[in-house]
Amino acid sequence: MSKTDVSRRGLLKTGAVAGTGLALPTIFTAQSAAAFTNDPTGGTVTLGFNVPQTGPYADEGADELRAFELAVEHLNGGGDGGMLSTFSSKALEGNGILGKKVEFVTGDTQTKSDAARASAKSMIEKDGAIMISGGSSSGVAVAVQGLCQEAGVIFMAGLTHSNDTTGKDKKANGFRHFFNAYMSAAALAPVLKNLYGDDRKAYHLTADYTWGWTQEESIKAATEALGWETVNTVKTPLAATDFSSYIAPVLNSGADVLVLNHYGGNMVNSLTNAVQFGLRDKVVNGKNFEIVVPLYSRLMAKGAGENVKGIHGSTNWHWSLRDEGSQAFVRSFGTKYGFPPSQAAHTCYVQTLLYADAVARAGSFNPCAVAEALEGFEFDGLGNGKTLYRADDHQCFKDVLVVRGKENPTSEFDLLEVVEVTPAEQVTYAPDHPMFAGGQLGSCNPGA
Amino acid sequence: MFGLEKRDTTLLLIVAILTLFAPFILNPFPTGSGLAQFNAGYPDLMQRFVIFGIFAIGFNILFGLTGYLSFGHAAFLGVGSYSAVWMFKLLSMNVLPAILLSVIISGLFALVIGYISLRRSGIYFSILTLAFAQMSFSLAYSVLTPITNGETGLQLTLDDPRILGASATADGSIPVTNLFGLEMRSTYQMAVGAWDFQFNIGYYLCALILLAAFYLSIRIFRSPFGMMLRAVKSNQQRMNYTGLNSKPYTLAAFVISGMYAGLAGGLMASMDPLAGAERMQWTASGEVVLMTILGGAGTLIGPVLGAGFIKYFENIFSKINDNVLHGWFSFLPDGLEDFVVFIVHPFIGKGWHLTLGILFMLVVIYLPGGLVEGGQRIHGWIRGNKRGDASQSKTNPAE
Repeated sequence: MSKTDVSRRGLLKTGAVAGTGLALPTIFTAQSAAAFTNDPTGGTVTLGFNVPQTGPYADEGADELRAFELAVEHLNGGGDGGMLSTFSSKALEGNGILGKKVEFVTGDTQTKSDAARASAKSMIEKDGAIMISGGSSSGVAVAVQGLCQEAGVIFMAGLTHSNDTTGKDKKANGFRHFFNAYMSAAALAPVLKNLYGDDRKAYHLTADYTWGWTQEESIKAATEALGWETVNTVKTPLAATDFSSYIAPVLNSGADVLVLNHYGGNMVNSLTNAVQFGLRDKVVNGKNFEIVVPLYSRLMAKGAGENVKGIHGSTNWHWSLRDEGSQAFVRSFGTKYGFPPSQAAHTCYVQTLLYADAVARAGSFNPCAVAEALEGFEFDGLGNGKTLYRADDHQCFKDVLVVRGKENPTSEFDLLEVVEVTPAEQVTYAPDHPMFAGGQLGSCNPGA
Repeated sequence: MFGLEKRDTTLLLIVAILTLFAPFILNPFPTGSGLAQFNAGYPDLMQRFVIFGIFAIGFNILFGLTGYLSFGHAAFLGVGSYSAVWMFKLLSMNVLPAILLSVIISGLFALVIGYISLRRSGIYFSILTLAFAQMSFSLAYSVLTPITNGETGLQLTLDDPRILGASATADGSIPVTNLFGLEMRSTYQMAVGAWDFQFNIGYYLCALILLAAFYLSIRIFRSPFGMMLRAVKSNQQRMNYTGLNSKPYTLAAFVISGMYAGLAGGLMASMDPLAGAERMQWTASGEVVLMTILGGAGTLIGPVLGAGFIKYFENIFSKINDNVLHGWFSFLPDGLEDFVVFIVHPFIGKGWHLTLGILFMLVVIYLPGGLVEGGQRIHGWIRGNKRGDASQSKTNPAE
């Protein structure tokens, strides 16, 4: 009879040795196999959608999330395909990206740089997201873009309008489809001149962060070039909800135009306050007092209600556009959710498609290959006419819409009307324009 | 060991084992499985666990020992972060000088605020600290923008001077934070079967500092100085009547706890070189109070547990969305599935505050001593049961 004498210590020792032995080869494979961060090896690929679900931009965030879900559905061959059929590039076949089914994770940025970075980090480190998109604030976009550059994944910016995103804070791994403050100013200035003349005194109220600063700078430069005078510029905190104390001094400043460099909930509140103070009925310097909102969206118009009538601003895209791409998008979005998409939804949807298409054309998920495929890419059929992804700063150049709050809306969604479509040439600037100077793209980082 | 009693040594060893093996402990579910959603063993969250653990330990030295409830501790965390990021911008990307500076600056800051606030006690002290913290927040948010970069947050750029290092790496990107060449973000992946464990250098640096901070807090708790602080908590008036000036003791406790917060802030910036004003907001100050009370105020390990608990909810529950829910309940019939998702929906995703709030209420009502009391009760219950069994087995033969 054999006697097996297994001591506790001996068992533990053998177990530990065997465990290490088993684990050792896998360490090396895990290390050497990945040529870049989060290389998708299975049958699926994960995208991270990081949007504000709470805070002043929560409405925009909710709409962005809807657009992302729609885009993923279309990429995986579901629904009616939306803009895939009108997109000038035909690399996407509706079978996911490179044959891998698209999955996604979501997170809440809370419109705070810290929270946004934590959420994006967990998407990259835990869920294996290969691309991060979203964001409804330039402060957040700049912070998350920096993170994606460090981690080695692609950042497809959502709604971010600050010049800095593709200016002094531009990054090689970050791309922006949305237009920027400079473009808004360039498109608005001629319209303002026609409407209000070239002898005006402007007063700025500005959201106190990167977007507000560049927006103010751009509008100031463009209107002063017309011959306008800037009376005063006042910064307001992003978290402010009541602007009465900022509006009152406007009345006594001698200004006859109020420029509201506010967005989302901020703009809804400041515009409402301004109208309550009777600014729009005033006559100053022998002219009617006017209010201008450089960056406009339908969600804001909805929030501000009656007050937006006749107020001018610019927008990236509007659902009433008659081109094929816009109509296809509005149709599939409307079918799924029952109302038309906002400009935030549009840019997020388009960014997801552009990323997927770039991967398909590059034939790889490697961020450097994707970046190369996006740089200098010209496309059409995504709702803004012919568009160029400029290689120098990863900014899209396309037509800009000047819009006005509609006097007689026919439905609860029909709040804005397009006054003018400013062609892309008129809003294009040199990559080294002083408002965009000071940063470098650096080189693309594949991580790992 | 280390001049500690046996019980405290055991506690320190338990914390050491928990932190050093956290990548395993926090990753109990295989990567591909549906439950992987609940894994917390990824570097960013593990770093947060220990950093907020340090923050809460420091807060507990003030609140747990002296009973002074500071509602403005986040200000020290923020000051620490800003000093660390400025060190990265100006000096070098080594984390050591950054962490040192953040501890020193926040200590000085705490000295000033503490000197003024400690003239009052009770609710007035809380309000004073809250006021100072909100002042700091507003300053950082909109007045001192050249130093803090306002809402956007202070970030590194390619044209920072960095006297003892390069402004940019050879391939044109911003250098990463390191400790004498060890990059904070570098992670060692170990795949064992279906599991994927991540060992991050930054995390282990934080974990070692947490152990040191924990050790120091044990020593303070057991020292004559700690005894003096407890005396302040039990009856400061009586202490003053005996002719003893308690102010130097409370001020020292305030400064020490402010330095702990600064250390946490400096570590946060070292792991992710960005400092935002929202770190100083009153909600952030409230969070550390919640952590300490949830874990068990005045206990050694409580604040660390509370910090982990809250951070887990913030990062894991907030990321569960309806899609994930539908995935979980897909085995149910269609109508029922939608119904269950509808019921659960308010408690996950952006509703994580609600879930946390309910749990906080339950803990405060049923376990006033926090999670530590829960642990003690379970322990006592198991021991009690055993004893019960033993006494039964003892009495049985006697019959």
